[in-house]
Amino acid sequence: MSLQVTDLRVYYRTLAGDVKALDGVTFDVADGEIMGLAGESGCGKSTLGNSLIRIDGRMKYVAGRVVLDGVELPIEDTDAMNRFRYHDISIIPQYAMSALNPTRKIGKMVAELVESRRRSFRELEGELERRLLLVGLSPDVLDRYPIELSGGMKQRMVMVVSTLLNPSLLIADEITSALDVSSQRAVAQTLVEFRDRSFVDSMIVVTHDVSILYQIADTLTVMYAGKLAEKAPTDVMMEAPLHPYTRLLISSLPEIGVRFEEQRLSGIPGSPPSLLNPPAGCRFRDRCPLAFAKCAEEPPFVEVEPGHAVACWKAS
Amino acid sequence: MRRYFGRKLFIYLLTFWVAATIDWMIPRFMPGDPIQSLLSRTQVAPEAVASLIAYYKSLFGLDQAIPQQYLNFWVAMAHGDLGRSVYLSGRPVVDVIMAALPYTLALLVPAILLSWWTGNKAGAFAARRRVLDNTILPVGYILTATPYMWLAIMLAWIFASVLGIFPISGGYGYALEPSLSWTFIKDLAWHWALPFASLFLVMFGGWAIGMRNMIIYELDADYSRYLSALGAPSGLVRRYAFRNAVLPQITGLALQLGVIVAGALVTEIVFSYPGIGKLLLAAVQNQDYFLLQGIFLFIIVGVLVANFLVDIAYVLVDPRTRVGMSGGTA
Amino acid sequence: MSGPTPVEAFPAAGPSRAAPADESVSRRREILYFALRGRKVVVATAVLVALALVAIVGPILRPGDPNAFVGPLGAPPSEEYWFGTTTFGQDVFAQFAHGLTATFVVGLLGGGVAAIIGMAVGFIAGYRGGVIDEVLNMLTNVVLVIPTLAMLIVVTAYLQARGLVLEAAFIGLTSWPWAARAIRAQTFSLKSREFVDLARISGVSSLRVVFREIAPNMSSYLFMTFILMFGGAILIAASLDFIGLGPTEGTSLGLMMYNAVAWSALQLEMWWWFIPPGIGITAIVGALYVMNVGLDEIFNPRLRES
Repeated sequence: MSLQVTDLRVYYRTLAGDVKALDGVTFDVADGEIMGLAGESGCGKSTLGNSLIRIDGRMKYVAGRVVLDGVELPIEDTDAMNRFRYHDISIIPQYAMSALNPTRKIGKMVAELVESRRRSFRELEGELERRLLLVGLSPDVLDRYPIELSGGMKQRMVMVVSTLLNPSLLIADEITSALDVSSQRAVAQTLVEFRDRSFVDSMIVVTHDVSILYQIADTLTVMYAGKLAEKAPTDVMMEAPLHPYTRLLISSLPEIGVRFEEQRLSGIPGSPPSLLNPPAGCRFRDRCPLAFAKCAEEPPFVEVEPGHAVACWKAS
Repeated sequence: MRRYFGRKLFIYLLTFWVAATIDWMIPRFMPGDPIQSLLSRTQVAPEAVASLIAYYKSLFGLDQAIPQQYLNFWVAMAHGDLGRSVYLSGRPVVDVIMAALPYTLALLVPAILLSWWTGNKAGAFAARRRVLDNTILPVGYILTATPYMWLAIMLAWIFASVLGIFPISGGYGYALEPSLSWTFIKDLAWHWALPFASLFLVMFGGWAIGMRNMIIYELDADYSRYLSALGAPSGLVRRYAFRNAVLPQITGLALQLGVIVAGALVTEIVFSYPGIGKLLLAAVQNQDYFLLQGIFLFIIVGVLVANFLVDIAYVLVDPRTRVGMSGGTA
Repeated sequence: MSGPTPVEAFPAAGPSRAAPADESVSRRREILYFALRGRKVVVATAVLVALALVAIVGPILRPGDPNAFVGPLGAPPSEEYWFGTTTFGQDVFAQFAHGLTATFVVGLLGGGVAAIIGMAVGFIAGYRGGVIDEVLNMLTNVVLVIPTLAMLIVVTAYLQARGLVLEAAFIGLTSWPWAARAIRAQTFSLKSREFVDLARISGVSSLRVVFREIAPNMSSYLFMTFILMFGGAILIAASLDFIGLGPTEGTSLGLMMYNAVAWSALQLEMWWWFIPPGIGITAIVGALYVMNVGLDEIFNPRLRES
């Protein structure tokens, strides 16, 4: 599959005005690519993930194009998007642990969901059970109520449900945030396995935890204040990042074996700008150690090497 | 589940014991003497007063020691003896109440069931579209804020007094004799209609509003959002939300029973409907303490039984209670 | 008594919001915005204030005993007697105005007593947990199940003289379980929040934790609970009066309806006698419910329809 996103803008309606949570992002995801989407809280990564599948509530589509497998997705029209949901594009939500109807047996819910999407549950049942075994769940979990499952089990269940119809694109939204470290690793590896077994073609893995992405993502995209900062293959990103924000982000990760006396953890002083009235020019300017005069003009997100794009005057 | 019902049963029995004890205690510890007030309303020669007082005291068992009276009270109740009604010239209280009970039940049971069912449907309906919401919601609030007796008064005035469609009082026409004839049954139904409608409408408002709020809450829950994100049709989402929203409505029914019974009592009074309510008014006005006590006990038992039935219904409807908290297996 | 005090009218015992300093400024602004824009709260308050004015000004316009026989018998509304007269020539408007006062008093007192007891029980049970919670819970459940009106009837029927204050007190003593349950649930959810832990670690006594940390963060919830208790007390009092067990002196809206029905106002089509008291109660209780909803929308964004 292939995904092309062009200049996507999605804002949030609030009393005080529009919060420009996603303010013009452009990127591609190739067939079979696991793209990690990282950034601090409020940078717009969840908004990006969610707006690709469902724009509702207080979100407001403003501009942009999304093309999936050559077909333009009508993301601004929630009814027209229904055709694509679950079949072509799917999501493992952030609230996966409470995503199952508490008063319905899990198997029944899956059957009703699948039938409502015009697929035969009977045909899928065998595959469903195989996948359950794959993630370490016994098929008789289908006969239970969500309350009988642990948090981790429910999460794995949702992972299987979301990918049951083999979507082209899967969005995984902060699915490791609520887990302990070993579970995080297991879940991350499950994601890779889904891709390797062609349950899904490509993935966008949204998280604030870069270390997870380092292990499973093919490419890394870093967002800041509603805009893309840098996108590159993971190893390039970890070893030779170009954007000052990315560099500070990577260097703030603790290294194994290094002691506190030898090297302190560095943070990034300051905080992201308000997205109600974002400043003109590069949004990282106020916190950037490399800022200079030209940064008053917004840097475009350009490719500096094949597969490596940056939005920074100093880098391009 | 046995624990669940065991606990409930214990609370109900405890409640009954507390209520019955209070019921027994009140006349004996309240200021004022019920026998005195009883006698003050009858024309009795002063010489006879003393012996009459003694007579009544022994009749009501008031001459015995307090603990003994308490025991007698329970023993009598076990035998189905709730004393005799002074106001109705000595008829056993139990008989008097049993004669009035069917009328009250005939009002309460259909009104509760129908209003609960239609109210919930209406509330769910209102949550679907803004236009419906804007009409059903205010109506619901007005209905539920209306005191039971006032709606009864208004209905009686408009439909019985002014328009003359329905009779304004009584259980059946004064000229008729109870029989199984069609005329009698029709007359019975005609007298039943307005009090029933009154109860129904007020309760309906409450359920509609409650359900509407619950549905909105459920439609915003994580499982609803998940289904929508995966493209499930709104019909499926609404169906799930409805089934989940019904559960607190069942619990709500149990909580409302006391209020609903009170509503039935005052409604009957407005229509002079020959149920427990009218009996209660008579007991209060005539200071017939035995009758009052008996009615109270009946009401308590009725409410407790109804509570228990609702508890059973809840367990049947909510699958999680049957599963129990077996906890997550890693 | 009116229809089911919507259990769901009780704000869902969901996460209440703590207020770290910087957040609270913008939050207050948001609340004010909605409070002023929120039609429901404004309209409801207006209705209550209007009725309260009648309750205060009315008795001044029509001083003296509202039950005195002053006018023509059973006369419809006229210039002199705005709400007409009763079968015995009593001024219906005077009764209405005095009755409104009684209604407000009984609502505030009864609702207040119920709210206070409910808060005491709810806070203690919710905060302490354990055995104390179990015991209080059982107490609450027992009192909850007993039908309030039936209990009140039994208690008041044996009193020869009944006063308004006593009536209000009894009502408060029997209707507190609603409040207790709601407050307990909310206290539970707040108890496990970090700012409470912080206070406890700092060695603050339990009482102060409840009053300084928990209660202020539930203040909107407490106020809404009081509103519901207020409305409930009015309805219960009206029913009690309607059965003839109201205060032996004075008048009230429920008593007006009792008299109207007892003296065949329905058959005689003396609508001016029974319509005002009913509208009075419906208006007050309705306004209270609507205010409750309005406040809930302000403090619980989920129910907003924007």
